Amino acid sequence: MQKQEYTITVYTENQIGLLNRIAIIFSRRKINVESLNTSPSEVDSVHRFNIVITETEEVVKKLCRQIEKQVEVLKAYYNTNDEIVWQELALYKVPTAKIAEEVKVERLLREHGAHTVVIRKDYTVFAVAGHREETDKLIRVLEPYGLIEFVRSARVAIIKDSEGFHKKLKEFENREPSRQVIENEYLDKNREVFSM
Amino acid sequence: MQIAEIKKEQQGSTGLKNISGSQAVLDAFVAEGVKTVFGYPGGAIMPIYDALYDYHDRINHILVRHEQGAIHAAQGFARASGQVGVIFATSGPGATNLVTGLADAMIDSTPVVCVTGQVFAHLLGTDAFQETDVINITTPVTKWNYQVTDASEIPSVMAKAFYIAKSGRPGPVLIDITKNAQLQLFETEEYQPCEHIRSYRPSPIVRKEYIVEAAKLINAAERPFVIFGQGVILGNAEKEFIRFIEKAGIPAAWTIMGMSAIPTDHPLGVGMLGMHGNYGPNVLTNECDVLIAVGMRFDDRVTGRLDKYARQAKVIHLDIDPAEIDKNVKTTVPVWGDCKETLPLLTSLVEKKLYPGWLQRFKDYQQKEEEKVIREELNPTNEILTMGEVVQLLNELTGGNAIIVTDVGQHQMVACRYAKFNQSKSNITSGGLGTMGYALPAAIGAAYGAPHRTTVAIIGDGGFQMTLQELGTIMQFRPNVKILILNNNFLGMVRQWQQLFHEKRYSFVDIQSPDFVQVAKGFGIPGQSVCERKDLKGAIKTMLDHQGTYLLEVMVGKENNVFPMVPQGRGVAEIVLCREDV
Ligand SMILES: Cc1ncc(C[n+]2csc(CCOP(=O)(O)OP(=O)(O)O)c2C)c(N)n1
Repeated sequence: MQKQEYTITVYTENQIGLLNRIAIIFSRRKINVESLNTSPSEVDSVHRFNIVITETEEVVKKLCRQIEKQVEVLKAYYNTNDEIVWQELALYKVPTAKIAEEVKVERLLREHGAHTVVIRKDYTVFAVAGHREETDKLIRVLEPYGLIEFVRSARVAIIKDSEGFHKKLKEFENREPSRQVIENEYLDKNREVFSM
Repeated sequence: MQIAEIKKEQQGSTGLKNISGSQAVLDAFVAEGVKTVFGYPGGAIMPIYDALYDYHDRINHILVRHEQGAIHAAQGFARASGQVGVIFATSGPGATNLVTGLADAMIDSTPVVCVTGQVFAHLLGTDAFQETDVINITTPVTKWNYQVTDASEIPSVMAKAFYIAKSGRPGPVLIDITKNAQLQLFETEEYQPCEHIRSYRPSPIVRKEYIVEAAKLINAAERPFVIFGQGVILGNAEKEFIRFIEKAGIPAAWTIMGMSAIPTDHPLGVGMLGMHGNYGPNVLTNECDVLIAVGMRFDDRVTGRLDKYARQAKVIHLDIDPAEIDKNVKTTVPVWGDCKETLPLLTSLVEKKLYPGWLQRFKDYQQKEEEKVIREELNPTNEILTMGEVVQLLNELTGGNAIIVTDVGQHQMVACRYAKFNQSKSNITSGGLGTMGYALPAAIGAAYGAPHRTTVAIIGDGGFQMTLQELGTIMQFRPNVKILILNNNFLGMVRQWQQLFHEKRYSFVDIQSPDFVQVAKGFGIPGQSVCERKDLKGAIKTMLDHQGTYLLEVMVGKENNVFPMVPQGRGVAEIVLCREDV
């Protein structure tokens, strides 16, 4: 099996210590987490993690089961890049004087979809949301114009065919939740099962 | 001074008749049916110990001699009784001393609840005296852990702790309570046990269609083979399991953790799996056509080299923990769920059958093992005592009704190979972690967990020296533990590996021992040491007949080896019967 980029989406209770519990599932297996984002989800009291790793599907599947096993984890999904819509936010700090001098810079920024966040006499901060390659490209573009500082956020991702978590959460609250909620989705993907 | 002030302040501010956080902990224990606690006090847990003073009529506190002893005792208690074992320890060193036991309980799925004291909440993160980050230290080795800084959380947190520890796949839980929360007075209602946590699925929903598929595979099989682990015991599914194998007529082998779930002399029982397991079940794992794994996790000590493990077989895996499915061995049909529920469903769908020819193959291998290994081990032809003959005599004298607690090493493997068990929850050993020093405290716990049974702790001369301080606990509280030291004057198992795989370079395995009988005597425990065959049976009988704890040391062959053996890195079918074949 080939390694590729996977985005893991985890819905959890909002509990101190859970970040560590999830993080050590990766570090224990010496797996590098390329990006990690955690924030409240659309559902009250439920947090959402996005974790990006490059691994084989088999490894990712096992990791998701280990994550789901944690008491305070509601659900874990994994997706390839074509199953999600994702963005990373990048901020670029450039000397304001340089931009004033060179009209070209303004055009370049516009071409890259950057918008201005702050303008000060000494520097200006631009923001771009996009994929890694796009935000990387803009670094190279801005370097000749004295890029002072650059920062990029973790990936945030929406699963294309997901229906959100409101309905699922209601089910979790039931004592006898539906099979779909309880079950790890991957069971049905276990191709070998009925191949006899 | 400070404590009195806090108490006063709180009483003044509420004016209500409240209980303290400490009382809430103990009330939770009482409500959960806890009667025995293993613990050790210290500064950060003093309010709980203060409250305990008034609960001595309801809770029996056993003061161990080291916190590792407390948690192993609680593990032994849990394994012998099927109930949750409970531990108290103080912050800092008290809590860190629990870590080995937590790791052991985690990997062997043993339900225990540890309550540790912690410094005052306002001191967290200041490197206060005896402050350690217990939650983060124990996260990898607990099923769940939680820090309480406000007493009002205690009833619901304790309820969750017990529920999580014992439900689904059991495991250790640690609750760290800051001193202010132990002292804090708060209003509380009657204790409510926990029955549901929305993010927690103790056992997955059973999918009937997979059971149908599993039954189809079994019914079409010519050489089906059942392997089972502790899941059968933890699920209280011994009867369901026996009904299943008896109807389907399938030979069944146990892992070290599954041992005693069925009587060792069950006609379909074909022995132990794994590195020092029996010949037949290891070799025939690679010849069966359908392998049915029940409540076991394919540890590498069971599978040997994975790419040479049961490649020819269709695999059915019954387990309560979905993360175990496909973890090490790819399954053909996964059967998720509590085996107490899934086994009867499967039994109802399998045809009544017998496989006399297939079963005979196991017997043929058994015969070879008898000739090459077992006969000499149990009836040695020279005067040097073997561990096997000691276990054999023990079987004879206990009738197979004792709880046998083993430590880790050669004696553990020999005990598990030769011990006879008539009832479940009788083999207590550190399987997954292989923790030397486990047996003595675990046996103390087992004696409390099953007070009407005979508990025998079989320990090596090395392992006994790791936790022998617990003789003090025995001296003080008088649980009835039969201590059987099999002394080979070596760290035997390591020596065996050095002999077989490191050209006999015996590097630091020649461990010296004190006079164990004298040591025991110092703790008021009678005992004797034997080195001759003619005295052995009488000595074991004396030990068993003695009212109370007794220590028997048996001097056994220094360089005896445990065989058969699947050498590390080899497949199960490459199991060897003697040194020459390694
Ligand atoms: C805490 C711990 N340290 C080290 C080991 C490694 N180890 C496994 S078996 C063994 C030798 C045990 O010697 P002894 O207790 O005398 O038992 P024997 O093998 O001789 O029966 C050792 C050192 C271990 N399992 N646990």
